[in-house]
Amino acid sequence: MLLEAHNIGLRHPNGHWLFRNLSISLRSGEIVGIRGPSGCGKTSFARILSGYEQPSEGVVLLDNSPLPKTNYHPVQLIYQHPEKAVNHRWKMSKILNEGWTPDDHLLTSLGIEREWLNRWPNELSGGELQRFCVARALGPKTKFLIADEMTTMLDAISQAQIWQSVLDIAQKRNLGILVVSHDDHLLKRVCSRVIEFHNISYK
Amino acid sequence: MLEVNHLSISFLQYEKGLKQQQLKVIKDLSVSVHSGEILAVVGSSGSGKSLLAHAILGILPTNATTEGTIYFDGVKLTPEKKEEFRGKEISFVPQSVNFLDPLMRVGTQVRNAARGASTSAQRKAFERLRLAKDVEQKFPFQLSGGMARRVLASTAMVSGAKLIIADEPTPGMDPTVIKEALKYFRELADSGCTVLMITHDIGAALEIADKIAVFYAGTTVESAMVNDFSGDGRLLRHPYSKALWRALPQNDFLPIPGSQPLPYANLPGCLFEPRCAFATTECRQDEPKPREIRNGIVRCIHAT
Amino acid sequence: MNFLRIMTQKKSLIPKLNLRQRTLIAMIVSAIILLSVIFAGILLGDERIATNLENRNLAPSLDHPFGTDWLGRDMFTRTMKGLTLSIAVGLIAAAASSLIAVVLGILAATAGKIIDSIISWLVDLFLSVPHLVTLILIAFALGGGMKGVIIGLALTHWPSLCRVIRAEVMQLRSTEYVQISRKLGKKRWWIVTKHMIPHLIPQFFVGLILLFPHAILHEAAITFVGMGLSPHHPAIGIILSESMRYLSTGMWWLAFFPGLCLLIVVRSFDIIGENLRMLIDPHRAHE
Repeated sequence: MLLEAHNIGLRHPNGHWLFRNLSISLRSGEIVGIRGPSGCGKTSFARILSGYEQPSEGVVLLDNSPLPKTNYHPVQLIYQHPEKAVNHRWKMSKILNEGWTPDDHLLTSLGIEREWLNRWPNELSGGELQRFCVARALGPKTKFLIADEMTTMLDAISQAQIWQSVLDIAQKRNLGILVVSHDDHLLKRVCSRVIEFHNISYK
Repeated sequence: MLEVNHLSISFLQYEKGLKQQQLKVIKDLSVSVHSGEILAVVGSSGSGKSLLAHAILGILPTNATTEGTIYFDGVKLTPEKKEEFRGKEISFVPQSVNFLDPLMRVGTQVRNAARGASTSAQRKAFERLRLAKDVEQKFPFQLSGGMARRVLASTAMVSGAKLIIADEPTPGMDPTVIKEALKYFRELADSGCTVLMITHDIGAALEIADKIAVFYAGTTVESAMVNDFSGDGRLLRHPYSKALWRALPQNDFLPIPGSQPLPYANLPGCLFEPRCAFATTECRQDEPKPREIRNGIVRCIHAT
Repeated sequence: MNFLRIMTQKKSLIPKLNLRQRTLIAMIVSAIILLSVIFAGILLGDERIATNLENRNLAPSLDHPFGTDWLGRDMFTRTMKGLTLSIAVGLIAAAASSLIAVVLGILAATAGKIIDSIISWLVDLFLSVPHLVTLILIAFALGGGMKGVIIGLALTHWPSLCRVIRAEVMQLRSTEYVQISRKLGKKRWWIVTKHMIPHLIPQFFVGLILLFPHAILHEAAITFVGMGLSPHHPAIGIILSESMRYLSTGMWWLAFFPGLCLLIVVRSFDIIGENLRMLIDPHRAHE
């Protein structure tokens, strides 16, 4: 499969362009990194690619057709702050199974302890919650994963744990991953190529 | 300069219904920093290390109880003293962007937080952190996450405090700005300031800190010099510090299995024992006491 | 920061009640007061409020704790029956009102810009005119009486709760987990019932209970000025307005006790509502 963004632009309500003419393509099985300074619109671009936001100009195509508006989205986004990405009135097991039912193997490989399933989100740390968010986004219909600073808030061990299992799953299921990060070491470690954000956009 | 002795913090929480339970989040934590030094407290996020900062500043929520003592400049920090020093002698760079007042222009906020610093000092700090001139006129919602963090960091710089506590000052910033911010912390320390930096980013800590305290499951398992974090980590004393070092993407990127015990779990022995490759039956019996080894402090009975 | 209090706290022999327990006790006491008023109103017989000219204008005594009026009716019984009626009217009106608030609030936040602006305009309109004025207009247009009062109360008390619900739904809609839920293929209705309604239920109940005192006071007020319930109902507003005529003759008990009871009932509802809000508020949940 092929995820393409053609000449994406995003304009603030005040008329100022955050970025324009952004084009990128990502194949299944490919892991690509995007690097750029803070405030340049990386997060907005990640949200556009995963269908959370509509661009002011340009299109995002998945195998030459526009992104679906309803149903399970084949491009899943993982947010930077897992605390905000879970409903605090739900127990972890309900959160985990919202979109699909991950199997035991996936839980083990992400290091999710069975005991956590009966806990409330505020009883777990960010690193623990993020594992649930990753598992939740890895449903069978997921084709591409956008990791927007996925492990920026986590300690090195959690980061390595989550990335190792995500890379493993991506390889098995031939997922494409776009890694948005400012950590050069991490990008070098996990990506096959790294793009500078300002090199692909022209204001 | 700053000395934290046997600090414990527990929270009174409701279980089901009306029963309350004491939840010990920080246990017997001791750290010390001299003036002109930077101490980085490194550990996983959400493990309660921010509470150390909140305890020094006296801004813990009302259902928290603390034990132990904190000395600053030879003065024992009582709640009154904490209030007196906060923002003057002791400056705080908070972790959450939510600490910014959404209805006030950020330039004004920075000057207020530093208890009336001059506009020129604030502008200088902004320039230093590569914040454009018009940023001081903006409201927090108009800033990106990284910019808001830089605004937070600037408060410490303009305050002229003797002790700066920075709680996760770097995530969301890009490397050049991180370098600049860290360099500034270093300069502040060199001019006699004491800096306590709480972070999960070892990379940032290594760049500027003199000493690093490794935090795990509510206490510091090791205090080491920066130079100990090098090569394959053989100079480190605690198995958790070694694992943390090896898990970095620039090193082996190798995780260890398992996870940090929740504060609800009551382990009698070493808290790292369930995940430790070198654990023996003795490890399970008693909480290891801090020992001094090779100019560092470690809580592990097997450390050499 | 009550840091000082915690640091200097001494262990006392009597276990100190935590906030949750104190709140619960306040709520239970209030609820008992309200329930006993309702039971008294239902169980007390009608013979005590029959005209009995032998016993007229008696000051409060053991036999007649609130005294009697110019027709010899027992004021305690009248007050209890009046309050029970008021509570019933308030209950129906507040329930209807909060239902309107929830439906309009959710609609405003989810059904598009046009509907939102219409509803917001309505809210502003109702809030810009004093409750009592709209209430009198509606009750008068409907010909007064029980029906007029209830419909009037229901139609005037929803706007502030509606505003709260609308803001809450708007805020929920923009949370990351609701947006993620959409991308996990969940339908709009599923998200409303599973993610949003559980958040709104506490708000709804607090709003409902806090509407009560308003509804009761306004019911009494409109009846007092003669636009509400008809004079043969034993309503608290009727009692108060009638007794005004006798105040100058020194029969203070005619207005004093019913007025005080009205105040106690209203405060009880207020205490229950405020405490419920405190228990639900996550920021203070562990104090």
